[in-house]
Amino acid sequence: MSKREYERIPVSQQAHVVSKPKDLTAIGGMVSVQINEKKITVPLGTTILEACQLNQIHIPTLCHHPDLCIAGVCRVCVVEVEKMRTLQTACSFPITSPIKINTSTQMVRKARRHIIDLLLSEHYGECYSCFRNGNCELQNLAKEFGVDNYTFGHVKTQRYEVDSSSAAVIRDMNKCVLCKRCVRTCIDLQEVGVLEAVKRGHETHVGTFLDKPLAEVICINCGQCINRCPTSALRANDPSDEIWAAIDNPKKHVVIQTAPSPRAAIGEEFGKEAGKSFTGELNTALRRIGFDRVFDTNFTADLTIMEEGTELLTRLKKAIVEKDESVKLPQFTSCSPGWVKYIEHFYPEFLDYLSSAKSPQQMFGALIKTFYAQEAKIDPADIVTVALMPCAAKKFECNRPEMCDSGFKDVDYGLTTREMAKMIREAGIYLPEMPKSHFDDPFGDASGAGLIFGATGGVMEAALRTAYELVTGREVPFENLVIEPCRGFEGVKQASVKLENCVEQYKFLEGVDLKFVVAHGTANAKIVMEMLKKGELNDVHFVEIMACPGGCLGGGGQPIPTSNVIREKRAQAIYEEEASLPIRKSHENPHVNYVYEKFLTDGPCGKLSHKLLHTHYVKRGKYIS
Amino acid sequence: MLVLEKNALSEEIENLVGEFGKDRSALLQILQAIQGKHKYISDFAQQEVARMMDIHPVEVNSIVSFYAFLYSEPKGRYIVRLCQTISCDMSGKEEVAEAVQRELGISFGQTTKDKRITLEFTNCLGMCDQGPAMLVNEKVYTKLDPETAVNILSEIK
Repeated sequence: MSKREYERIPVSQQAHVVSKPKDLTAIGGMVSVQINEKKITVPLGTTILEACQLNQIHIPTLCHHPDLCIAGVCRVCVVEVEKMRTLQTACSFPITSPIKINTSTQMVRKARRHIIDLLLSEHYGECYSCFRNGNCELQNLAKEFGVDNYTFGHVKTQRYEVDSSSAAVIRDMNKCVLCKRCVRTCIDLQEVGVLEAVKRGHETHVGTFLDKPLAEVICINCGQCINRCPTSALRANDPSDEIWAAIDNPKKHVVIQTAPSPRAAIGEEFGKEAGKSFTGELNTALRRIGFDRVFDTNFTADLTIMEEGTELLTRLKKAIVEKDESVKLPQFTSCSPGWVKYIEHFYPEFLDYLSSAKSPQQMFGALIKTFYAQEAKIDPADIVTVALMPCAAKKFECNRPEMCDSGFKDVDYGLTTREMAKMIREAGIYLPEMPKSHFDDPFGDASGAGLIFGATGGVMEAALRTAYELVTGREVPFENLVIEPCRGFEGVKQASVKLENCVEQYKFLEGVDLKFVVAHGTANAKIVMEMLKKGELNDVHFVEIMACPGGCLGGGGQPIPTSNVIREKRAQAIYEEEASLPIRKSHENPHVNYVYEKFLTDGPCGKLSHKLLHTHYVKRGKYIS
Repeated sequence: MLVLEKNALSEEIENLVGEFGKDRSALLQILQAIQGKHKYISDFAQQEVARMMDIHPVEVNSIVSFYAFLYSEPKGRYIVRLCQTISCDMSGKEEVAEAVQRELGISFGQTTKDKRITLEFTNCLGMCDQGPAMLVNEKVYTKLDPETAVNILSEIK
């Protein structure tokens, strides 16, 4: 059950893929080809693009993306293959025989230039006022090919209305060049199925079901399409102007909480290599921008572990001791707002399996406007809470009507990593050169367990560290607290821990094999849900699901571009930072205990925490009328 | 749509999926069968097809919107398609078009109030030597002039 059992790629988008031979030394295992006078040998079935990339020969691409299936629709990567009548797309041409390839003949150059000119003739380009200015793949191609005039004209007026109905994702089809990356992201990578090319010929555009606004269809707001879009046809709903206004208003006390993943990725926005965290630098930069307090979302991640862990133990007790049939197990995590909306749309009958705990972002919002306002003696009406998140769906989550448990809107604005970087640049700050500083009290310290929420498997790892220790009184039986089965980017992971020599309170768990499943990306979530439907998860106790590939670090609000390599580096940055922290278990966080002592006095899952830190869900269904 | 109608449609689609199979290549046949009976493929039908074939509704919508002969909205009982490609255009399509519009009191792209006829332009019908040509549902009429075209339209019920 490790790998996905099937790949459901639309036939129209299935490329002619030749599977590479297992034994490369066998006859026919390797093919020798000649690329631009250079002779090389590659495994049978390698595409021309892969062969060129391995040999440092640059081929321009647009519709190609490492995360997505091959499409070959933009034609920018055309090359000349000897004895073929027409130019061939390098990205979708598998090498099966000794061929000669030319990547920069006059014909190739002219064709590519024409293709780019044709793409530009359809693209409503307003580069100065575009959020992708400087990071646009079409702009880069135009620069690369020295486009100095519009051979085939240029769109001067907008043809489509901008769809800004969604709280998270804005679609501007005037910028679209029909590379269909978003379609492949939505249908193949995430299997949500909101976007597809509709109509035909010059009327073709990427549309939703019946061209409904995004807010009215089954979009889960994961924002993965934003990360894959080469232009700015898709962008996040940017609240930075309102945040600046709040910062400039002296009456407002503006508080920001920062999630673990943006820190591990924001350096990329400032030209740094992926894989380095800028936690301390970010804190200083945020204070210089004018935020009154900088808090760590990891603190409420710890709180989430306490709440969700307690909820799990309560469910286990009900199921094992009281033999209560109505208790739903396995318990699913509810930290990822994309996943929550996915299950609301696609599996509403299983909503009872979802933990009722809010996501760390919303817990923090509720605490800031109650506990913190009380401690700091500030009127909560004057507090503006901003959440720096790697996520587009968090913008939707903070706007949910049920997220007002503090009596105010718990989190006022969700801000993505990209928008934060923009604000930092706007303030004239170069982030990597900032001095380091720490988070503000009373939520100053967070545990490493909270930090690893950013990577897939992190919630599970954090939960196990706490749950195992609560139940047995000992640390988890893994070296240095690193629960290896939770780590890595495999689609669906499954493992178990045996509970032995339990403490008195949890004697009923003696000998239980605590089984857990971790999945990331909604396509894998679908697999898990289908397993649940078939009853294959009956003996599993806890399931962690993140809507985005790689977990939060690959979120829809993270810097563009993204790929498996980049996600791995971000995960490495998070794990490295985690290993260096003094506190690495949620229940050992002194500030969490302080909150339970001073404020949530009836403990985890108590009355007050149920009011502030737990929520309920909506059965949305997937029918659109 | 009434619940009863919905249930009947669901059952019908279930039978069609049973007949043609769940493979993606069966999609067009299923859609054509639905259209054959109901004259159009409603939003609900598209979503039901998607559910039963385990694909996304937007993919079905993409197919329906791609093909000119599949409709997502109700049309007239007769669909009149006048060829607008160059040979027919040069042999007098414009006069025919004006005559039928005058006769029916609607312009191209519209349906008569009694839901009898929908007027549409089409691209080449392959009758370039016998233009102007017109397609009424599945029947081709060639060598039209304004008079014959109007006669044909008044004959169909």
